[in-house]
Amino acid sequence: MANIALARRLPLPRVAVMRRSLGAVRRYPLIPITIMLVVLVLPAIFANWVAPHNPRIGSLSNRLVPPAWVDAQGEGIFATPAGSWTHPLGTDKQGRDILTRIIYGARVSLMVAVISITLAGITGTILGLMAGYFGGNVDHLIMRLVDIALSIPAILLALVLAVALGPSFQTVIIVIVSIFWSRYARLVRGETLSLKHQDFVARARVAGASNTRIIARHIFPNLVNTIIVLATLEVGQVILLEATLSFLGAGLPRPTPAWGLMVASGRELIVTAWWVAAFPGLAIVLAVLSMNLFGDWLRDRLDPKLRNL
Amino acid sequence: MAPGEILWRCLGERGFAISSFVWTRDLVVQRFIVIRAFHAVIALLAVSLIIFSLARLSGNPLDTLLDIDATEEDFARVSAHWGLDQPLHIQYFKYLGNVVTGNLGESIRWQGQDAMGLLLQRLPATLELAFFSLLVSAIIALPIGVIVAVKKDTGIDVAGKIFALFGQSMPSFALGLLLMWIFAVQLGWLPTSGRGSVFLDTGSGSAKNLILPAVALGYFQVAAIMRLTRSSMLEVLDTEYVKLARIKGISETKVIWKHCLRNALTAPLTYFGLILGGFMTGSVVIETIFTWPGVGLLAIDAVRAKDFQVVQSVVVLFAGIYIVANLLVDILYAYLDPRVRYN
Repeated sequence: MANIALARRLPLPRVAVMRRSLGAVRRYPLIPITIMLVVLVLPAIFANWVAPHNPRIGSLSNRLVPPAWVDAQGEGIFATPAGSWTHPLGTDKQGRDILTRIIYGARVSLMVAVISITLAGITGTILGLMAGYFGGNVDHLIMRLVDIALSIPAILLALVLAVALGPSFQTVIIVIVSIFWSRYARLVRGETLSLKHQDFVARARVAGASNTRIIARHIFPNLVNTIIVLATLEVGQVILLEATLSFLGAGLPRPTPAWGLMVASGRELIVTAWWVAAFPGLAIVLAVLSMNLFGDWLRDRLDPKLRNL
Repeated sequence: MAPGEILWRCLGERGFAISSFVWTRDLVVQRFIVIRAFHAVIALLAVSLIIFSLARLSGNPLDTLLDIDATEEDFARVSAHWGLDQPLHIQYFKYLGNVVTGNLGESIRWQGQDAMGLLLQRLPATLELAFFSLLVSAIIALPIGVIVAVKKDTGIDVAGKIFALFGQSMPSFALGLLLMWIFAVQLGWLPTSGRGSVFLDTGSGSAKNLILPAVALGYFQVAAIMRLTRSSMLEVLDTEYVKLARIKGISETKVIWKHCLRNALTAPLTYFGLILGGFMTGSVVIETIFTWPGVGLLAIDAVRAKDFQVVQSVVVLFAGIYIVANLLVDILYAYLDPRVRYN
């Protein structure tokens, strides 16, 4: 053991260090990720100042205007006007500016993600800590709840809840929290199990620390990285889930500028006005992609042992 | 190995006779199976209870069943007919008993049909779609997973990672619409919606109807299967017997595709449950987009009509398949891998 510990502390040869850092840069295109995140997060925060139009009010004379670079097409009643830079990404059926709605949509998606992940994280972490630390019946009960939460298909739960409570912001949060807390609980429980047998926990107990104090001051700080990594990796998944629910009509109600809803309203227009569905769809892909890449990078930074998440 | 055979062998029919070693092993496995099966039953009960209470929260179904000018007597008569006048817990236990006997109650939206019959009617369409999308994802994901593992840390590996990332980041409905736009609207090669079948004669539609939904649903799983294959291939490539095979001079193709792949395939088995869950969730979305008349579309129609008999049947069925499949995987693993059952 002593040898291993010693060997670990030896500095790596300089070439190896260089290669490793080069590899890290190559593996994670950090600059593009940052740009994508900034493009998403900043407009979401400053939507009121950045967005060119009102997201909920359009003008019917401007309905289904194509994106700026598209020329006028067709003749007679089938004619579509040329795009203009007043509406860079075109307008939807009610003449609302699509770029504006995408910017506000970023705010909606991020808000759902942040609120639901925070709630799920807190619930899951507390239950996971209890299950792992106390063991026995508490553990059994909590782990059965985890099994149940994991065995309910999220979308069906959402559909039933959407009818029971009506589609709303709260319903979406409830659905996401009631599914996602279990992942934190399972992960935190596993980590707690291995932590509680370590020497420093035994010493704290000998020193007279209470259970609450041991959990809060000795075990929890060791879990913070893990929880942050899991939370970041889940942002993308939550955005995807929320978009899917909204698309099915079980998520956010109209006329919220949610990306999933925008794609849904573009669905029947797919033959005549492709831009109504295409740009919100692209926004979802870019948002989730950048969050996934960012989460991967953060994981390798903070907690490489979570590779299998 | 068929699930029945696994169960049979785990239950130790052979072990008692042959040797004490086998006997102890099988006893441990038996205990493990009993505990896991017990957990599975509890999970199933809880799921049915949750769904039952949620469905009842969705408002009084009589409001949608009866006209505005219905009298008090009409309400009493109809609620007695559906058993809605009983206390909730009685309704639930009655329901549970019916589930066990395969009677899932009568549908309210589709009058005169029982929920079980509706499910069975719709199930073949969903199963066919799931089968072909699993085929699509396996055909795409397995070879790519093997190749990126062999070519680790090269351009191909990076390209594979990017491909998988897009699979994880693309919502299935967006992919479905994109495919529809390219192949149905622009190129006009494939139909946009409706049911077709390879096995059955459905009257309208042909096998062509199946292609777009199957690809859209399958691609969703490609990333997951590919990543699993890659990591388990990497593990296998590093083992002694692969080195030995190489030293013996067996051709690289044979080493990779025969020796490694066969062993690497056991690991993704653990994630079968996860993949199955993905297919169920995906089928609801994809069936809605392509109006594929399967269980997923049935669920959405039933939810819109507040038909709680059908909704809870669909959810209990999906959750049941999921729980039982995971139980079987666990049992298979306990049998194959001693580390699992001693934990």
